[in-house]
Amino acid sequence: MSGIPHDHYEPKTGFEKWIHTRLPVVGLVYDTLMIPTPKNLNWWWIWGIVLAFCLALMIATGVVMVMHYTPHVDHAFASVEHIMRDVNGGHMIRYIHMNGASLFFVAVYIHIFRGLFYGSYKAPREITWIIGMLIYLMMMGTAFMGYVLPWGQMSFWGATVITGLFGAIPFVGEPIQTWLLGGPAVDNATLNRFFSLHYLLPFVIAGLVILHIWAFHHTGNNNPTGVEVRRGSKEEAEKDTLPFWPYFVIKDLFALAVVLLVFFAVVGFMPNYLGHPDNYIEANPLATPAHIVPEWYFLPFYAILRAFDSEVWVVMFAGWITGGIIDAKFFGVLAMFGAIAVMALAPWLDTSRVRSGQNRPMFKWWYRLLVLDFIVLMWAGAMPAEPPYSTISLIGATYWFAYFLVVLPMLGVIEKPTEAPATIEDDFKAKVAKSAKAAK
Amino acid sequence: MLKKIAISAVAALTLSAGGALAAGGGEQHIEDIAFSFEGPFGKFDQMQLQRGLQVYTEVCSACHGLKYVPIRTLADEGGPQLPEDQVRAYAAEMSIYDADLDDDRPRTPADKFPESGLETAPDLSLMAKARAGFHGPEGTGINQLVRGMGGAEYIYSILTGYTGKEKEQAGTTFYENTAFPGGWISMAPPLAGEDVEYADGHSTSLHHEAEDVSAFLMWAAEPKMMDRQHSGFVAVLFLTLLSVLLYLTNKRLWAPVKRAAKEAAKEA
Repeated sequence: MSGIPHDHYEPKTGFEKWIHTRLPVVGLVYDTLMIPTPKNLNWWWIWGIVLAFCLALMIATGVVMVMHYTPHVDHAFASVEHIMRDVNGGHMIRYIHMNGASLFFVAVYIHIFRGLFYGSYKAPREITWIIGMLIYLMMMGTAFMGYVLPWGQMSFWGATVITGLFGAIPFVGEPIQTWLLGGPAVDNATLNRFFSLHYLLPFVIAGLVILHIWAFHHTGNNNPTGVEVRRGSKEEAEKDTLPFWPYFVIKDLFALAVVLLVFFAVVGFMPNYLGHPDNYIEANPLATPAHIVPEWYFLPFYAILRAFDSEVWVVMFAGWITGGIIDAKFFGVLAMFGAIAVMALAPWLDTSRVRSGQNRPMFKWWYRLLVLDFIVLMWAGAMPAEPPYSTISLIGATYWFAYFLVVLPMLGVIEKPTEAPATIEDDFKAKVAKSAKAAK
Repeated sequence: MLKKIAISAVAALTLSAGGALAAGGGEQHIEDIAFSFEGPFGKFDQMQLQRGLQVYTEVCSACHGLKYVPIRTLADEGGPQLPEDQVRAYAAEMSIYDADLDDDRPRTPADKFPESGLETAPDLSLMAKARAGFHGPEGTGINQLVRGMGGAEYIYSILTGYTGKEKEQAGTTFYENTAFPGGWISMAPPLAGEDVEYADGHSTSLHHEAEDVSAFLMWAAEPKMMDRQHSGFVAVLFLTLLSVLLYLTNKRLWAPVKRAAKEAAKEA
């Protein structure tokens, strides 16, 4: 891997040379682990490791559960109870898998918002960002299909509502929906294909994760100042960086241990807190639950989906101008996917020359408002679709789009950024001096 | 720095409890009972589970089933923990259709409890997890962190929440109940107090019977609760230790780097 100049792997013994001339895999691992990493990374940079751990955890627990699970509408719910009651350690494995999905999304949201603040999406890291967004989309798909597998009430009705979104596409919607479900409604065929894809997609994600890591190993990590590592010579680069092993591996492992401490407290003491009680009722196509609520990690985008009802003027306008092809339902679907699309386009919507939010006084406030907006949308998504929640959702959704489509392009023009430190070395020195002073 | 991580993790967990949302019904009244199994160190009360099993057997099982609960688990540690011969005798009192014999035979501990006998009566295997007693404030579910999900409390409140009023609708009788979403339930009041006779001489008031059977149904829904809490406790303990060790390792690892930076900053 090129990028920041650093020492590369040199095979020493005869055996190492023999391997290296045939398959330089040791060199690949060595260079990956020894990547020069900016000294000044703060604690927001630990979530990548947490995410990698989550993926491994989910695959490991998932593979075990597949050994005991039966993907059939008549047996799925009972086989999950079999895991919970009869399989040795099954209840822990399932609760870890269930809550592991939540940890995965907690981590991915913090990871994404870290990138949004420190401008990690900006050149030359656009491809890292785009791959990250693809991973996030795949995660949502995987999580959604996984939630269907226990075949509880929320599994069934969540699947019905979400696949119904595809039915909102004009003209081709209904055939697409039928094709996705494998029939006119959510049924055994749906459960089987979701099971298959739920097993497949994590491995696609793993492949994308490798690309994601490869991409940022090529460009080098971003860092809180947004200042690039000096690359004139190895000596210069070493003033700004430290090798990933052991400095950041140990730091990240420490953070991971703390995160897992909280995680296992949740798994051990309140494993159903983040779930929905209705999913402990077996799916019944004849009884619709009073509220169909998706898992918490979908709520912000679910709120955006529901925000645009037929009373909203943009929806009416879109309907009028397209001769009714775009109705409220389809508009909502477009808005939901659009909300993720504008986030993916951030590298090209943000016009500021300055990378890090630390040096952007106006941006900071708009960014904080975006974080707040995300939390408000999450809450509004869990509430019934009626006033005042629908209005709150609409305001929240509007700000989400405004941030990416108006604020980010405008700020680059009107904002006067503050001066960033000249080098990462300077920033690191200043930080160490400051924390030493605080300790005294 | 540590604080930041902790705050972000906790904030993310608490703010996101949207899944714990209310399932309808505005003015449900759910009594908050201090069950022995609540909290991180809570334990099922073996005697209470046995009494609850008795209430279930003599009253609830007339209509309801426990089709996911294997009868053998009545002997499990942490459960009602009946002696094995009693479990066998208990099982034998219920029959099951056996396809091999093409006839009914008595159940064995390896079989499960029967399904609901009455078609409209829901199975109770998971009832204590399929209902949440507490939802607030404002649908965030944050108070579940303090009071628990409230599944057992929900069952207790249903059993004790009858006001005595009845109404007829489309040929069905509904009974007013302060805990039931919507306020009218089709189940006639199952318990009145003194419905059973406890061997241990425990009070059989409505309050106590309802409490006992709610605790039993919590166990039926989550039989591995105590195992789980134990695993969680061990995990938290070891991770605390690991965190401390990694913290110290990390501090030591970075110390020379930071010292060098501090000296360089002084010189400059």
